Amino acid sequence: MRAIAKQRYILDLVLSSMARRKGKNIALVLVYTFVLFLLASVLFSVESLKREAKLILQDAPEMTVQRLTAGRQDLIPTDFIASISTIRGVQSVEGRLWGYYYDALSGANFTLMVNTALNDKMGEIVIGTGVARRSNTDSGLRTLGKNDIIPFKTADSSVLPLTVKGFLPSTSELVTADLILVSESDFRRIFAIGKDLVTDLVLKVKNGKELGTIAGKITQIHPDTRPIVREDILRTYEAIFDWRGGVTMMVLSGVLFAFVILAWDKATGLSAEEKREIGILKAVGWETSDILLMKFWEGAAISLSAFFLGILLAYCHIFLASSILFAPILKGWSVLYPHFRLTPYINGYQIATLFFLTVIPYTVVTIVPSWRSATIDPDSVMRM
Amino acid sequence: MIHLDNIRKVFNAGKPNEFVAIDAVHLTIDAQRATALKGPSGSGKTTLLSILGCMARPTSGRITLKNREMSSLPERFLTEIRRETFGVIFQQFNLIKGLTPLENVMIPAYPKGENFASLKKRAMELLDMLNLADKAQAKVEWLSGGEAQRTAIARALINNPTIIIADEPTAHLDSRLSLEFMEIMRRLKEEGKTILIASHDPLVYESNVIDRIVEMRDGKLVVHGDGR
Repeated sequence: MRAIAKQRYILDLVLSSMARRKGKNIALVLVYTFVLFLLASVLFSVESLKREAKLILQDAPEMTVQRLTAGRQDLIPTDFIASISTIRGVQSVEGRLWGYYYDALSGANFTLMVNTALNDKMGEIVIGTGVARRSNTDSGLRTLGKNDIIPFKTADSSVLPLTVKGFLPSTSELVTADLILVSESDFRRIFAIGKDLVTDLVLKVKNGKELGTIAGKITQIHPDTRPIVREDILRTYEAIFDWRGGVTMMVLSGVLFAFVILAWDKATGLSAEEKREIGILKAVGWETSDILLMKFWEGAAISLSAFFLGILLAYCHIFLASSILFAPILKGWSVLYPHFRLTPYINGYQIATLFFLTVIPYTVVTIVPSWRSATIDPDSVMRM
Repeated sequence: MIHLDNIRKVFNAGKPNEFVAIDAVHLTIDAQRATALKGPSGSGKTTLLSILGCMARPTSGRITLKNREMSSLPERFLTEIRRETFGVIFQQFNLIKGLTPLENVMIPAYPKGENFASLKKRAMELLDMLNLADKAQAKVEWLSGGEAQRTAIARALINNPTIIIADEPTAHLDSRLSLEFMEIMRRLKEEGKTILIASHDPLVYESNVIDRIVEMRDGKLVVHGDGR
């Protein structure tokens, strides 16, 4: 009980001592909170984007087969479908038609993809919300509505006007912002692709554990193909978001470095008043360890307040305010930025990383100068 | 009660600015008596008071308190003895700004972790005894010189020490407040406390509260007489 009472007395003194140095402590907490906010924002958004990509890819085909010509991705003949279907364990094989289309007027890259539901609706398209926001019209750039027309330049240099008949849901905007769904005949006309060719093949397999064996058999039958399993795509996404997170951190490193200098200066330099107080406490019977405990609580109070405030602000920034500060770097480099709200996702590992990178070093840094002052002879206060 | 044997204190030993503050001091302080250390500024009074109060260690020599050797005790034990045995009143009062007199008085007892209610009661009794009860919740910055010093006295008494040490206690007080201070010392002496005061103020060392004067000059004892 005495030990608890002692901690309470010390904590009480710490809080009143901090209240006396309001200016310094508020400034420290504000800067510290800002740095934590930046760090936590990067961490939260990168992790959530990775998780979002993972969730979306759950519905992606288990395996995609591309054809390579001298290492370059090429169109794949439709008769590959029949030969691959015969492999034991393959449930279904489908050909996909998709491709990137650069729209010179809006300066954006669209992804055109054939949707079988549109096959009997020639001249109609369904567009992603990013495309709708960015597309050019006769009257310049404006948000597209239903029945607006987007002119496409075809492979034979003619213009094919396609009418917007629908929009993709904004909930999937992370991956559908630049997407345009077209009918098969319109797609083939724009890119001049023959009926016996598709962009790639997607496979469903009966048993996920057999993916490796099936991929091996496909390359045996068709040595010019490259099977890609879903996990490979996921890894690529993770690498992209990690890389973007890294770039953001590099940009922020200046801010972090400035904070380290400020924290070091503010935390390590005891003012004459603080040194005097330490002297008084020693002279009236406080032990060095009591003073260190007091300074520990002081550092902990500042860093924990900043820690929780920073995390709270970062949470609001990323999950409620759609990461307005980092969106351009983290979401993509496309002209069509997706507008979407991330699903909150925080794990213990992230919080622990932030804690060990900020709270622990700061608390240690604040104790060192106090230890130096607390080990002086208490009689020094007699000469103050 | 306290016995000093051939005490020497050197500051900045071995450096060009080496300074011998006190040298060859033999002194015995008796319990329940009031002793004044008298001497001009720089004579070594404060240094001797620090050594007597276990706040500084001598460079050489032995100190015994109630027949216990103190010079070789580790810092931790020395702190405990300082807290339990000595109550110190500083020349500048050394109250912690921003806190109330009540909090300042309670601070020396914090490391003991005793019950808050009983500690507060004791602190209030001391403030009341020194006519400061109505100022208990004010900020120490608002106190007058005399009030600040009485707060410092209350703080020195909170752990019920047997020895009261005061360094130039009347340096910032007018004559009336100085006499008031000596009256408080008389009461404490009558309660059985041992009083040790370093001062060059005649109002202190000529006061009939003082039983013995120890005179110092250039770090050495000049007069070592008994009684007034």
